[in-house]
Amino acid sequence: MTETTNAALPSQLTPPGTAELAIKSDALTKRFRGGQLAVDHIDLAVPTGSVYGFLGPNGSGKTTTIRMLLGLAYPTSGSAELLGVPMPARAVNVLSRVGSLVEGPAFYPYLSGWDNLARYDAADRTASARTAKRRIGTALERVGLTAAAKKKYRHYSLGMKQRLAIASGLLRPRDLIILDEPTNGLDPQGTREVRALVRQIAADGITVFVSSHLLAEVEQVCSHVGVMRTGQLVFQGSLPELRRTGAARITVRTPDVAAAAEVFDKLGLAEPAPAPGEEAITAELGDAAPEHVCAELVHAGIAVRGLAVESPSLEDLFVGLTGEGFDVER
Amino acid sequence: MSSAELVVTTAEEQAEAVETAGIVRGNLRFFLNELRLVFFRRRNQLLLVVVALFPLLIGIGLKVSAPGNGRGGGGGGPGSSAAFFNQLAGNGVFLTFIALTLLLILVLPLAVSVISGDSVAGEAGYGTLRYLLAVPAGRTRLLIVKYLVIVAFGTAATFIVSVVGLLAGVALFPVGPVTLLSGTTVSLGAGLVRVLLVTLYLCVAMAAVGAIGLAISTFTEHAIGAIAAVMVLIVASEVVDQIPQFASIAPYLPTHWWNMFDSLLRTPVDTPTLEHGLLSFVVYAALFWLIAWARFTSGDVTS
Repeated sequence: MTETTNAALPSQLTPPGTAELAIKSDALTKRFRGGQLAVDHIDLAVPTGSVYGFLGPNGSGKTTTIRMLLGLAYPTSGSAELLGVPMPARAVNVLSRVGSLVEGPAFYPYLSGWDNLARYDAADRTASARTAKRRIGTALERVGLTAAAKKKYRHYSLGMKQRLAIASGLLRPRDLIILDEPTNGLDPQGTREVRALVRQIAADGITVFVSSHLLAEVEQVCSHVGVMRTGQLVFQGSLPELRRTGAARITVRTPDVAAAAEVFDKLGLAEPAPAPGEEAITAELGDAAPEHVCAELVHAGIAVRGLAVESPSLEDLFVGLTGEGFDVER
Repeated sequence: MSSAELVVTTAEEQAEAVETAGIVRGNLRFFLNELRLVFFRRRNQLLLVVVALFPLLIGIGLKVSAPGNGRGGGGGGPGSSAAFFNQLAGNGVFLTFIALTLLLILVLPLAVSVISGDSVAGEAGYGTLRYLLAVPAGRTRLLIVKYLVIVAFGTAATFIVSVVGLLAGVALFPVGPVTLLSGTTVSLGAGLVRVLLVTLYLCVAMAAVGAIGLAISTFTEHAIGAIAAVMVLIVASEVVDQIPQFASIAPYLPTHWWNMFDSLLRTPVDTPTLEHGLLSFVVYAALFWLIAWARFTSGDVTS
């Protein structure tokens, strides 16, 4: 996290040509043949060295965006750059510096884990055959699959498949790793393993772009987030910036709820409401200092049994951005 | 990979750039890997074993059922095919031609259809296609490598028929100077050269089938569908080729020139017919490879 990210719009950031942004897109748009707008003018700005969480519910356009970034799908309009290189025009020049996991692992079921990695490595025209053995061995070791290297892929567990996919992303020194839903379908332990891997990768100074439909899964590892909703990027910035978008609320436990409400009113706290289930009242804190509110309450002779200030959790903010429940907006 | 474009360059990367293989070696490596993938796959090996069994079974069947000379019935088609049957009792070399003629109807094109129909659609079905492209294998490069391996497989299958047919023929029947269809007799050595030329001619024919399969394969992610489509196309072409009313379009059918390999078994060799045949195969191969390329390089990979 060496970058300052108070500018969320790409236009305000670095000039084109420099790779201070590992991923940059300009009004990137994808309309499917059926007319559905899957990705709607998104301006991604992923700072080099960041761990960028690309969030949104299923069907919000994350995978389509990633497919366009990797040159698998062609944008309807707009443009994208990976490591400062335009995609998909010069995909071949840059993709060997990008490791990726797109929409789940995919390997040849009748080949062993080792042979599968050798296959992808052989397809890379810039990879050296001479170092292949060492690189494959290292990649497998890194994800803890050395013991299962000779096992056929079809006998791998879901977690092992996922880890093999990450290993294929680590076959060569990379500048950027793109992981699409790396924890999808994994049990909590598998999720922790993937999270630890992401941390390790990031610790090596590699930019990580990781998508998820669950904020909780990436929250602990991300420095930046972008939030997608029905094809639009509804938020982009650092985690602290996302936190700041949420308004803190103060909750006071007291038997004199009515009197406390009057004090809140006098202090100009917005949206006062009785807290559910107990004798308490809550309101948006706004710019008021909690200690000041407390002093005022005591001064008004109100029995304060407890006082708490709560910021909405990132999950709450995320749900606020993406909507709750089924994705019925399209 | 031009190192001038590396904005962030780590020591490890520089080391990697130094050891980066030459383009030629990189392409050869990918080709050899694809070759291994196809030829080491159990299903494909089984396919080749089945292809090899046919000439053997045909040879044994003909040996058992032919007490003497002059039995041309048993499955021999019109024209040269019947002539091969008549010749077999006198010379085992003709088992090769019988096997090739019979296997050309279904088994050889089927073997090539399986590999070519599966080539891109199979990768799409497994989802490995998106990873190959993200590697990046390069779309055009992938298509070239895929096609070369399809051609290699078609060539292998055709040669297996010839070689097994020849060995079985030699083992089961007398061998000697070869009497060609035109009535002239050439030495056994010259006869074997004709066998080789016939086999090579049919390898080109199978390469054309492979291109058709490759093209169809780029339109779907269901390998079975692609394989079936190629076979339907081949059988339809063979049927239309048999109908006299369609004689005017027959020379343009992909299968029309297959059996013309018997032109090589005449003296003098019927060169114009062979040239027509080869031209037809090459045009089919080029046309369908280009269709595959146009489709594959312009479409989104959605698998």
